[in-house]
Amino acid sequence: MAEVEETIKRIQAHKGVIGIIVVNSEGIPIRTTLDNSTTVQYSGLIHLLTMKARSTVRDIDPQNDLTFLRLRSKRHEIMVAPDKEYLLIVIQNSTD
Amino acid sequence: MSGDAATPPEGVIPLFLATKSQEIYSCVCDEHVTEDNPYKLIKKEDIIEDMKKRAAISDFSPVKRIVLDYPGEELLVVYDPDFKYGQNFYLCVTEEAKNKLIQPKSGEEGEDGEQAEDGEEGAKEETVYTYNPPEAKDWVALGSEAEVECEIVEDNRPKLKFIASRVRREFGTPVTFKDRDIDPTAASEEGLAASYMGIPGYDDKNFALKRMEQDSSVQAVPEKVEGSSQTVWKHPCTAAVQYEPRQLSDEEKAAVEQSQEFKEFIESSVPRFELALQQNEIMDVFFDDWAVLGEEDTNFGNKSDGHLKEYQSFTDLQYSKDRTISCIDWHPTIKGIMAVSCAERLSFNDRVDQATQLLMSPSLILIWSFSDPIHPQLLLEAPDDIFSFKFCPTDPNIIAGGCINGQLVLWDISEHADRLQSSRSGLGNAKVDKKKKAMFGEETGPDTPVVRYCAVSAIENSHRNVITGLEWIPDHFEISRHGVPVENRNCECVQIMTCSPDESIMVWDTRPPKPTGQREQIEKVASITGPQTFKHLDLTWKPMLKMVLQKHDGSGEYSPLVFSLKEKQGKRDHVPQPDLSARRESTVGYGRGSSAKNQKPLDAVSSKYFLGTEDGEVVYATFKLEKDNETGKSNVPRPTWACASHDGPVNSLQRSPFFNDILLSVGGWTFSVWKENVTDDAILNSACATKLYTAGHWSTTRPAVFFLGTKDGNVEVWDLLDRTHEPSLVQNVTAAQITSIVPWVVSKKQHLIAVSDNVGTLHILEIPWNLRHASANEVSGMQNYFDRETKRIEYFTSKRVARQSKGRNVVKKKKEDKPDEKSEEALAEEYEKQYEGYLELEKKLLRELGILEEEPEM
Repeated sequence: MAEVEETIKRIQAHKGVIGIIVVNSEGIPIRTTLDNSTTVQYSGLIHLLTMKARSTVRDIDPQNDLTFLRLRSKRHEIMVAPDKEYLLIVIQNSTD
Repeated sequence: MSGDAATPPEGVIPLFLATKSQEIYSCVCDEHVTEDNPYKLIKKEDIIEDMKKRAAISDFSPVKRIVLDYPGEELLVVYDPDFKYGQNFYLCVTEEAKNKLIQPKSGEEGEDGEQAEDGEEGAKEETVYTYNPPEAKDWVALGSEAEVECEIVEDNRPKLKFIASRVRREFGTPVTFKDRDIDPTAASEEGLAASYMGIPGYDDKNFALKRMEQDSSVQAVPEKVEGSSQTVWKHPCTAAVQYEPRQLSDEEKAAVEQSQEFKEFIESSVPRFELALQQNEIMDVFFDDWAVLGEEDTNFGNKSDGHLKEYQSFTDLQYSKDRTISCIDWHPTIKGIMAVSCAERLSFNDRVDQATQLLMSPSLILIWSFSDPIHPQLLLEAPDDIFSFKFCPTDPNIIAGGCINGQLVLWDISEHADRLQSSRSGLGNAKVDKKKKAMFGEETGPDTPVVRYCAVSAIENSHRNVITGLEWIPDHFEISRHGVPVENRNCECVQIMTCSPDESIMVWDTRPPKPTGQREQIEKVASITGPQTFKHLDLTWKPMLKMVLQKHDGSGEYSPLVFSLKEKQGKRDHVPQPDLSARRESTVGYGRGSSAKNQKPLDAVSSKYFLGTEDGEVVYATFKLEKDNETGKSNVPRPTWACASHDGPVNSLQRSPFFNDILLSVGGWTFSVWKENVTDDAILNSACATKLYTAGHWSTTRPAVFFLGTKDGNVEVWDLLDRTHEPSLVQNVTAAQITSIVPWVVSKKQHLIAVSDNVGTLHILEIPWNLRHASANEVSGMQNYFDRETKRIEYFTSKRVARQSKGRNVVKKKKEDKPDEKSEEALAEEYEKQYEGYLELEKKLLRELGILEEEPEM
């Protein structure tokens, strides 16, 4: 439990990281460093996107699997690491 | 119809009837018989009679026999105008022919006649369509009967009948079968005839025949199906959906977090994240190289255009020739209008000598417009030479100027504002005026209106020396009587701060003082002609606040030449918006000064400012008065910091428009760049130049660029990001000393810089692209530069301090070490002993190794 906390803190300490969300396989947020409404929005939308991305990768090659998803926008970069049961989402500011 | 004679058909004989005969039988050509109606039936009896009468000469004589033999009563004679059969008539000799000719011909004739009729009628007028029902005609067999007959199936023999009978009682009897050989011999034994029939197979030709053609027919009929459907029409009704995201309760969350899978998941995904985050930190992927690429190129391309281009220059032969221009200011709102103040170029002694003369020639501020480089638009008259003036930022019709004798002067040019505005549009006005005067053969220019000052300060309370520095206090705060910045309700500039080498700084208020007992004075008859805006101030104007700055260390006072406030006009983010409901419609001149109670002090406004003095010092002071606890009076606090950095008087002290805490001070042969609160040293002290610097100004668009003017008329452009040891561009603008440089942004494409010199000419130069366009990271570059320099200063100061303290320590240590020093002989003995010991050691080793040489006798 402590290691989990510690790792989350370590990621949070990186420059520009705005927030971290851990989501379960159904899209329900488990752990977050942002406020509730933002968390819920992010987890719902990104969960669907990740599922889609994963199914895309597997459709092309069933032996393949999605390991990491990076979504860069003008202001932020959203990074997602999918797993069998969970999903870790990190939002980072773009450097100015 | 051809004219050749055709063989007449059977029973038709061509016949010639002379005119006489025609008359007899009444078949005259074209009278009784015509082309259309050529048939004439003549009675046989008539013909016989005629023949009897005229015998041989009768035309019918050649056909006499035929006529006599003619069976019928009437003979047909047909007119043949075309001589088709050789003669002009032809006779039908048989009844058959006659009938034939009549009927079909009548039929034809009927048709022809009708057609001709129709044709004729059509030609004349619209056809009248008559309906002719089709007449039944005889069937004309064309051979289709054969086909039909082929298809009909008919019996070609009578049908055969068979009757088969059997005894009734045999019906239904059980049947017994037995086998029998087909062999005929066996059968004969039994007495039966060979009653078999063998049916061997044989090639039936029928099956070998191949059907080559087969008639078949297909008819395509569209299937018609009827169907119908009815949609259910739903009434639109308001519906709403409210949803809530699913959330786990806290216990569930805790439970999940404890689980092993969660830990594994974190462990496996975190390295991926760290990689990604590190990548992001190493390089900024959002950086748009393409956009930045183009900008750098333009700098190279326009190297040739790097010079300030001469745009216009203004001199007035009458007013500014041989004078020096002491100050320039651009009109804040109207583009293309700027004002210069001209002053006599005399030293103090000369002034005193020529005092009487100077009284005659007026001291003026000329207002120039780009549209007319020869004649100034407006002349502002002053009591004495003006050495500094400024337009009021909020009300550009007010101009405040400081005279050489220390008086503060105000002008109001509201009446002529239209003239200035319209002067931008053209010289039309000027020309019209010229024409009027030119009638008399005079060469006069347009009348330049002269505006007299509308208020001047009281001489006893003004400065005692020339006013060299003048600024309007920005409109977001006011200064109260105790030097405390308070809020400015009306957002107007109403206060002026001036400084002068008489060691004092004064703050003036343009509003009338509290109306206690001075109403009578205001009512006095105005002794000045001109705008009455500041009537209340005229001749009685006293400064609101007067500060004499004591020297920072030691006694004496500073004699300021220039100063620079921290607050900038227009930058009011740190000040709360004033309550607009309390705002009153009042101009600068008439508004009442609000009482001190109502004004809220603003803490966010900084009351500190920088001063440049006559002795080349830069001083950091505040105008907030301190309360002296002992006497109870408010005193001007001592400046917190001062630095003597220039060899000559500081002639310009400027804050950078981009960095509020960076100042440029120009004086003597050097200039310096300062950062506020860095008190140890200047960020940059320039090397001594070859010529005196006489003016300086930051560029308004590029944070790293500033312009300096020298004594020999050069304008130096310094780019701190390019090089700091020499200017990046030196351009000669005039032959005389440059007195003032003020850049201004006229429009997006046109950035101008006004350079004034000592001989009364104002040069307007255009700033080229590379000097006015800031590159993308110039601001950050400059910020980094200042930070680096600040760090350097800190480093050096700390090192200096450390070195100083270390130096003291080192001196102490040396004194302690001295008694331990050994004498030389003792040292020599020690070395001898060591050497002996070494020799013995060597012998010992060699003995052990067994290669000891024979020792020589010691």
